[in-house]
Amino acid sequence: MTDENVSAGDGIPTPDGASHVIETDYEIGQDNVEGNLGPFGFDIHNPVFAISGLAIVAFVFYTLALPEQAGAVFNWLFDSVTKGFDWFFLGAANIFVIFCLLLIVSPVGSVRLGGTEATPDYGYVGWFAMLFAAGMGIGLMFYGVSEPMSHFSSSVGGTAVGEDGIRTDWAPLGAAGGDEAQAVRLGMAATIFHWGLHPWAIYAVVGLALALFSYNKGLPLTVRSAFYPIFGDRIWGWPGHIIDIIAVFATLFGLATSLGFGATQANAGLNELFGIPVGETTEVILISAITAVALVSVLRGLDGGVKVLSEINMGLAFILLIFVLLVGPTVWLLTLFADSLLAYIQYLPALSNPIGREDVNFSQGWTSFYWAWWISWSPFVGMFIARVSRGRSVREFVVCVLLIPSLVCVLWMSVFGGSALHQVINDGYTAAQDATLELKLFKMLDVLPLASITSLIGIVLVIVFFVTSSDSGSLVIDTITAGGKVDAPVPQRAFWAIFEGAVAIVLLLSAGGLKSLQSMVISTGLPFTVILLVMCFAIWQGLRNERRAIK
Amino acid sequence: MFHKIVLPVDLTHADKLGKALGLAAELATRYGAEVCYVGVTANTPGAVARNPKDYSDRLAAFAAEQGHERGINTTSRTIVSHDPSVDTDRHLIEAVKDLGADLVVMATHLPNAGDYIWAGHGASVAAHVGASVFLVRD
Repeated sequence: MTDENVSAGDGIPTPDGASHVIETDYEIGQDNVEGNLGPFGFDIHNPVFAISGLAIVAFVFYTLALPEQAGAVFNWLFDSVTKGFDWFFLGAANIFVIFCLLLIVSPVGSVRLGGTEATPDYGYVGWFAMLFAAGMGIGLMFYGVSEPMSHFSSSVGGTAVGEDGIRTDWAPLGAAGGDEAQAVRLGMAATIFHWGLHPWAIYAVVGLALALFSYNKGLPLTVRSAFYPIFGDRIWGWPGHIIDIIAVFATLFGLATSLGFGATQANAGLNELFGIPVGETTEVILISAITAVALVSVLRGLDGGVKVLSEINMGLAFILLIFVLLVGPTVWLLTLFADSLLAYIQYLPALSNPIGREDVNFSQGWTSFYWAWWISWSPFVGMFIARVSRGRSVREFVVCVLLIPSLVCVLWMSVFGGSALHQVINDGYTAAQDATLELKLFKMLDVLPLASITSLIGIVLVIVFFVTSSDSGSLVIDTITAGGKVDAPVPQRAFWAIFEGAVAIVLLLSAGGLKSLQSMVISTGLPFTVILLVMCFAIWQGLRNERRAIK
Repeated sequence: MFHKIVLPVDLTHADKLGKALGLAAELATRYGAEVCYVGVTANTPGAVARNPKDYSDRLAAFAAEQGHERGINTTSRTIVSHDPSVDTDRHLIEAVKDLGADLVVMATHLPNAGDYIWAGHGASVAAHVGASVFLVRD
């Protein structure tokens, strides 16, 4: 009797070594319903699949049937969440950053995800490309130029105080009225603040919690598992259902609204480049095309689809970055990179201060909004990160999910935002400054050499980033609605990819539907912040038990 | 005629494998071949096992039990897959080649309309390996 426990090629690891598996009587998939719908098989978790599916349809109908009322309700919700709880978002995000940094230096950082002997599933390049594509790819394309510009402009404008003594300007901190050099530093620091340590710490917390409880503790790969230390076996009942349903909800609507807005933006870019008409027809075609590509990618699986596209995109983005850096004011940009990093560190304590802020518009309208947005995306991105991070040690995981992406964002923002700022300050070219959000990148590229090629690369990047968001999102939703099983029948994930596109199209065609649902998605950031804080506690507990078990 | 028989096993549905298991054992006895049970698992916890090591142990136990019950030589091989829903066919094909098997005995469902879009595992394996393939309908 030989046992050839050998794993097949592809560098897939031989498991596994010691880990602290949580004993529970729950069998993964025990609440699942398996069957066939016509020729297609399915394997779904009851009731998470049904309730999230129906609730999504109900919400779409609500925004369609009563657009004005829905808009008013969601906007009110959004305002009260970002303005009333700004201190909570800012404070919590600081806790996540500190928690992650502590993990790096703490002895528990040596715990390996997947057991002491586990080896990484993916090499650094593929892993990193997927982290990035899921995490913020698309945002970098749109905000890389526009955000540094916005903060710079508002900072130069100085502060303004309304009749009620509250500041009416949108500048960060104390602004830098009239002082361009200072405004550049402040603007870059504020931008990096929104794209640096804090968002990645949010993702790292969720990703780490899911990876730890799944790979080391043997619980299903779904959001509820991280709550086992608190709820115990009750997590397999309604408390867990609710957590998973909220996660599906936030993921699907987050993706659908992004897909909708993305189509609008890609349309604007195509119009600028090729004169393709702006309108609902083009946008519907764009969403359908993006969904179709995402569908192919989803059907090709994690390695054959998402990973390949992520790597292509990272390559393209890197080429674009190097190009802009080289043909632009290279030395100025590199100096700006170092300078921005210093400015970020210098302003970080003030920018992240959760209470007693005078720059209310900035801290509520920008920071609080961003934090709620990252947090509402965290179940999706975190789960995807967890899926590809088996075999990394906790320390390696945190360094690679927190520090390296933050640095790359600083570089990206410095090069793209910096080029546009340089055009305004030194050349007096203000087309990028004056353009609408979706065109800023293209206007900036316009005055550099080879503009038609680089703009085309820009459009391709935008579209492929949407595809990678859509396909990785479908994988995540499918896993959650299958109760943490990653081997559910393929038609199921195809269903989610199509459903997502359909929701995006319906919302796009309804007046204000996208806007109001985006407000709602961001509002889900509030309950999730609480969930994330609890996760920090669960991670700590889990890692300590893990260390004890290994010893 | 045959030296090594590969039998792909889905441990979650091992109860549906009766016919294929019996057939493989008969052929193995007749030709003095060895049966290798091949299982594909995700790296995440699943219904059968909490981690890949656990899965691999269970598959080995399954192989041992079969060998004991049917009086044949058995081995097992566990393949850890990133995305088993999609990559199982590829893994099976690689395993058949890698193990140097000359016969694959495989349980498979009746052909249906879905096969036009997603061929069953049996059909894909048969299309891509050099070994003889015996598809057993359930």
